[in-house]
Amino acid sequence: MDFLVIQFLNGLASASALFLVACGLSIIFGVMRIVNFAHGSFYMLGAYIAYTLAGPLMDWMPGGFWLALPLAALAVAMIGALVEITLLRRIYRSPELFQLLATFGIVLIVQDLVLILWGPQDRLGPRAPGLEGAVNILGSPFPAYDLLLIGLGPLVLLGLTLLFRRTRWGVRVRAATQDREMVEALGIRQDRLFTAVFILGAFLAGLGGAVQLPRAAVHHAMDLEIIVETFVVVVVGGLGSVAGAYLAAVLLGVLNAFGIVVFPQISLVLAFLVMAVVLVVRPLGLLGRPEAASRSTTGLWDTPIRPMARGRRDIVFVLALVLAVLPVFAGSYLLTVFSEVMIFALFACSLHFLMGVGGMGSFGHAAYFGLGAYGAALAMTQLGLPMEAAAFAGPVLAAAGALVFGWFCVRLTGVYLAMLTLAFAQITWAIAFQWDSVTGGDNGILGVWPSAWATSAAAFYYLTLLVAGGGILLLRQFVFAPFGMGLRACRDSPLRADAIGIDRAAHQRLAFVVAGAFAGIAGSLYAFLKGSVFPDVLAIPLSVDGLVMVLLGGLQTLTGPVVGAAVYKVMRVFLASWTDYWRLIIGIVIIALVVAFPRGIVGYIQQRIAPLLDRPEGDQPKAGPP
Amino acid sequence: MKLEVHKLDAFYGRAQILFGVTLKVAAGEALALLGRNGAGKSTMLRAILGLVAARRGRVVLDGRDISGMATGRIVRRGLGWVPEDRRIFTDLSVEENLEIGRQPPRAGVPHWTVERLFSLFPNLAEVRRRPAGQISGGEQQMLTISRTLMGNPCVIMLDEPSEGLAPLIVERMAVAVTEMKREGLGVLLAEQNLTFSRAVSDRATIIEKGRIRFEGTLECLLADEAVARAYLAV
Ligand SMILES: Nc1ncnc2c1ncn2[C@@H]1O[C@H](COP(=O)(O)OP(=O)(O)O)[C@@H](O)[C@H]1O
Ligand SMILES: [Mg+2]
Repeated sequence: MDFLVIQFLNGLASASALFLVACGLSIIFGVMRIVNFAHGSFYMLGAYIAYTLAGPLMDWMPGGFWLALPLAALAVAMIGALVEITLLRRIYRSPELFQLLATFGIVLIVQDLVLILWGPQDRLGPRAPGLEGAVNILGSPFPAYDLLLIGLGPLVLLGLTLLFRRTRWGVRVRAATQDREMVEALGIRQDRLFTAVFILGAFLAGLGGAVQLPRAAVHHAMDLEIIVETFVVVVVGGLGSVAGAYLAAVLLGVLNAFGIVVFPQISLVLAFLVMAVVLVVRPLGLLGRPEAASRSTTGLWDTPIRPMARGRRDIVFVLALVLAVLPVFAGSYLLTVFSEVMIFALFACSLHFLMGVGGMGSFGHAAYFGLGAYGAALAMTQLGLPMEAAAFAGPVLAAAGALVFGWFCVRLTGVYLAMLTLAFAQITWAIAFQWDSVTGGDNGILGVWPSAWATSAAAFYYLTLLVAGGGILLLRQFVFAPFGMGLRACRDSPLRADAIGIDRAAHQRLAFVVAGAFAGIAGSLYAFLKGSVFPDVLAIPLSVDGLVMVLLGGLQTLTGPVVGAAVYKVMRVFLASWTDYWRLIIGIVIIALVVAFPRGIVGYIQQRIAPLLDRPEGDQPKAGPP
Repeated sequence: MKLEVHKLDAFYGRAQILFGVTLKVAAGEALALLGRNGAGKSTMLRAILGLVAARRGRVVLDGRDISGMATGRIVRRGLGWVPEDRRIFTDLSVEENLEIGRQPPRAGVPHWTVERLFSLFPNLAEVRRRPAGQISGGEQQMLTISRTLMGNPCVIMLDEPSEGLAPLIVERMAVAVTEMKREGLGVLLAEQNLTFSRAVSDRATIIEKGRIRFEGTLECLLADEAVARAYLAV
């Protein structure tokens, strides 16, 4: 009995910190509609800054420790203000996914800044003065500081509730959460409201990180660790709902505390299982409300996807020719790099099929890439199949996964759908990570080598060129087939598509299967390229890489993902070999690209440069929108 | 002139919706913008307010050029908009909704207070603390108009304020519009309901497929049955 009580209290203590971070994210999303990936970075900065401030402040005055925590949160709030004013404000008119990409750029920058400023080793903060010990609860010791944390959660919830109910500013925030266009149409300074909301959110995240200082070591992977949990909490609670965030944080904190005891094997997936169940039963989370339909007129899909013009086809033909003769000039290192680029181009195209063509954002596309890789690797090592046969097992497994996941996902839309894809990907990752006997767990599967004829770099390069290039071309065919047309109709207007008898769910489920299968092909090629498979191929960073490639290239063109993949992958390989701080540079480049090309690289070329080239042919000097 | 719109074009994506629409509204005058469903009335109001990003043409409010300005600035310059679908904040109480609309008093423009609006729409006073999502459709319409008036506009644009309301409430709306005119506001009224328009407006403009088809007094329009039949759902 007392053991249960202690576990329950443990759950509540971790729920508090999670709640601080999650409610900030939820408030920011509610008002600004930005999925702020950088929220975990604010949390991490809060912890590091508190660590740095605590020592000197404790020497300077008694009780200095307790000053360090709020000061750290304030410092993070100021960093938040800087980010909002210098970056986010410039891109409010960009599509939401690009804002997400920009915040991901911040994540990369902060990761390297933390390494530069604080070094790679874990940092242990001081214990909270006066609360170092444990108190006795029903005969068991319980950390006194954790009791304080348990109280902090409800206190912040109360404070925020008063802020939102009793102050004029809070009422505005609630109104903007429901319908921000209307708030602007009533003359409220939207920019100031956004800045203030972002500062509040950053403050809460910073505080969440700072209060962790006496509990756990501060380290440089804290950001992604917490952001994933935070997403789960926010989505389970309902986007934009502070009370929902608290409810979800407590639910997950407590479940996790018991889960670790009862089923240690599934502790990693527990949160995601809960999220999947909640989203299937309550698609808007526990306390979420439907958002006012977005009325923005800056549609993402105002430029329809068209078959490639003749002139561009010549460019592709020349490019293909160059790729075909490349082995004559290039060494094996370069060929391997190019093989990898092509594999990721196929991966990006498959994600683009889901997002750009199907209109369904996915934060968990690595699931299908990884299933493809594991499918091929297992078929080879467990069933003893040769590469030629094992390679088929990858896409089949990936397509099967996509069928199951897609079945649930297409019941949702928007951010909720994206989050559910993330949940499924994490569940898949956790299975691969923990099912040692089959997948080898963290040690992965080794010895996934191609057949003898394809072992040389040049031979494998040609194989990749053929399979990945062919896959990309085949995927294009789907876009212009009746199935692709129907899918795009569902994306642009579910109502009208429904009215003309298109079965939306069926189209979208099939889109998942197609995208999954092609991602699976890419994954299985990747397994043979590397000769091994590790759980990384299912993990979040790979999903994010996919998103970055697709968005960098541009969502509304089919060439976009290929260009995005090439630019991003080449940049990464080049930078990683040249400096340790490649994240910093890539982060800056991503942000610069998002600000300069709000429609992606190819989108930009299509909109600004291509018309200049086309003009001499003089086919359409018509008046268009300004 | 309080509001002058000169050759306004507006686009949704690549589709052009408005073609060189021109109109003027004077102080204390109500101009009815009439047209069938889909004619472009709402787009017209949204484009004037800057909510349609892709637009061309000149809009002058109270002598100052507001074309190309951001919506918030236009509103703070004194242009009020009451959307067709009301868009009240359902989670907020009636009073909180009014609070959102509040702007500082403006020189030379009628000043509206919560108490004054409650005397214009007594029904609202009775539900002042209730969440706005739980009041009747008629009360919601009164609320959305009051909320816009809290911004002390010098020109107000109303998008089908009589749509779907009981006759008694429509009469209340007519009284309110008359009061606004008496205070010297310019009123631009997008409507399909001829009876209501006749009760409150002085002049009328007919829009069809994004182009102006008729301009004149309402008497003129009603006398010419052919015009009314051709462009309006009568
Ligand atoms: N958000 C939008 N995107 C694309 N087309 C739109 C949008 N809103 C309205 N339209 C189109 O613009 C035209 C004018 O619509 P609207 O201004 O709402 O007409 P009204 O208010 O007179 O009924 C219609 O053909 C409508 O289909
Ligand atoms: Mg309308």
